[in-house]
Amino acid sequence: MNLSNMLLMRNELVLILVILILIIADIFVADKNKKAVNYIAVGLFAVHTLIGFIPLKEGALFGGMFVTNSLVWGFKNILNVGVLLIILLAVSWLNKNSLRNRKIGEFYILIFSSLLGMFYLISSRNFLMLYLSLELSTLPVTALAAYDIFNRKSSEAGIKLILSAALSSGIFLFGMSLLYATGGSLYFDALTGNIGHSYLSIAGLVMFFAGLAFKISLVPFHFWTADVYEGAPTPVSNYLSVISKSSAVFILMITLFVTLNELKDIWIPMLYGISILTMFIGNFFALRQQNLKRFLAFSSVAQAGFIMMGMLAADHLAASSVIYFLAIYIFSNIGAFGVVQAVSLASGKENISDYNGLYRTNPKISLILMISLFSLAGIPPIAGFFGKFFLYTAAAGKGYYLLVFIAVVNVTISLYYYLLVVRAAFLRRSENPIPYFKSDIFTKIGLIIVVIALFFLGLYSPFYDYIDSVTHILNI
Amino acid sequence: MISGVSIYEILTVSTIIFFIGVYGFVTRKNLIAMLMSIELILNSAALNFVIINKYLFPEQLGGAIFSIFIIAVAAAETALALAIIINLYRLIMSLKTDDTETMKF
Repeated sequence: MNLSNMLLMRNELVLILVILILIIADIFVADKNKKAVNYIAVGLFAVHTLIGFIPLKEGALFGGMFVTNSLVWGFKNILNVGVLLIILLAVSWLNKNSLRNRKIGEFYILIFSSLLGMFYLISSRNFLMLYLSLELSTLPVTALAAYDIFNRKSSEAGIKLILSAALSSGIFLFGMSLLYATGGSLYFDALTGNIGHSYLSIAGLVMFFAGLAFKISLVPFHFWTADVYEGAPTPVSNYLSVISKSSAVFILMITLFVTLNELKDIWIPMLYGISILTMFIGNFFALRQQNLKRFLAFSSVAQAGFIMMGMLAADHLAASSVIYFLAIYIFSNIGAFGVVQAVSLASGKENISDYNGLYRTNPKISLILMISLFSLAGIPPIAGFFGKFFLYTAAAGKGYYLLVFIAVVNVTISLYYYLLVVRAAFLRRSENPIPYFKSDIFTKIGLIIVVIALFFLGLYSPFYDYIDSVTHILNI
Repeated sequence: MISGVSIYEILTVSTIIFFIGVYGFVTRKNLIAMLMSIELILNSAALNFVIINKYLFPEQLGGAIFSIFIIAVAAAETALALAIIINLYRLIMSLKTDDTETMKF
């Protein structure tokens, strides 16, 4: 093996280098200057993101366990930008508390290790690689969810996340072993077309799907979502809701569309039912939430239902519309969580009723909140509309008109509860609204990038064309 | 191959272990016991991999190696879960799931 082949892992190698530099920096920076670690981490990660945009050769490593192509490369760039925004928003949260201050390095190291796991996850073309990278991406996040060690809710979120993640990976593994029994290999390429149509392979498919559905928080497996999002620190909830979810969707799509394509007549009705359930339950539970983080958790459950609707079509259009939707969803959710975090840092309030009169005191941040929520709801000039539109097109193209109708009903419900928040911020008056506050420069940059992206991604059609061109690699 | 033992018998054992694990996870009220149930689930999967490799595809090594990785990762998972449980125990002085829960829908 030629050593220059290792350059196919450029994204991962650079990220490992960043983590190592951070570990060393964390040792040598004195406790009273720990804030400097923020600048080192954000700067290094920005460089890493820029390096990520340099085009990469296509190829496979480790006997085909690790694959890189332009689809994977593009998706890694999307994840990079998402994580960069999350850590930009996290800086002020980390600086706020002197207890957290000592552990600033840990936060970045853990979040980057989890991202490393995501990179290997979306590149993996082997069950062993898939399992290891899934664990590498989950375990650091569970540690992060319990990051505020003196906060009871944070510990509770951590224990709930690790127990449900461990259970889901156990079920996932059992499903994998059954697929191994029927297919006779651990490589996706060798399994494709060899799985056959037996009860064993169907049981394997269902368990495999259940394991990944935990990560995406589809409905029968969504119970951890709201509790963990509420209890965990906001940057971590933000990370869980966008990066963790979208990379799990990506690998689920590849395994279902390519490797398990033979069992299409099983997983299509399964996805159909799960998609309807997920949309309805996510939306109805979101209606009755008062805490904004719980509210966003259930809204992200509902969004997962829409993604599953797009995946049903199981063709080339479905793949590109799902990836396009994920890219937009990452930005809209980061925007919404970013505003919630900025407000709760300044005032400690997280309830919807606390937002009454926010527009009068903090007009800019309430505008950003409105744009992100409108994008999640899918209101035309903003990118979220186009994302949803392509998902409908993909599902309607295969004749699932009833499902598209149900999805439109759900969009109406979701519009109602998103507008509840916007109404609280813009129309309601309050005796003591949240006072005017100034965010730090990192939060400002992060939120401005989100807003620009939300307008730009929807209207700039070469972005969709590019995604459409790279999904041809899937060969569906 | 183990003489006199067919693959069906061993797969039955591993499936029973798996469902005992799932049952224990759902019914136990103690965090440590839940962790033990997860351990059962992971071990049943590891057993499955070894047996399937040995009986069905003896020319390969993939399943056996997979089981070693499962054991290693399970240890890491348990260590992390125990760390979080100990931290929670310091805060609330209890390991019962009912006492843990403050956030409900």
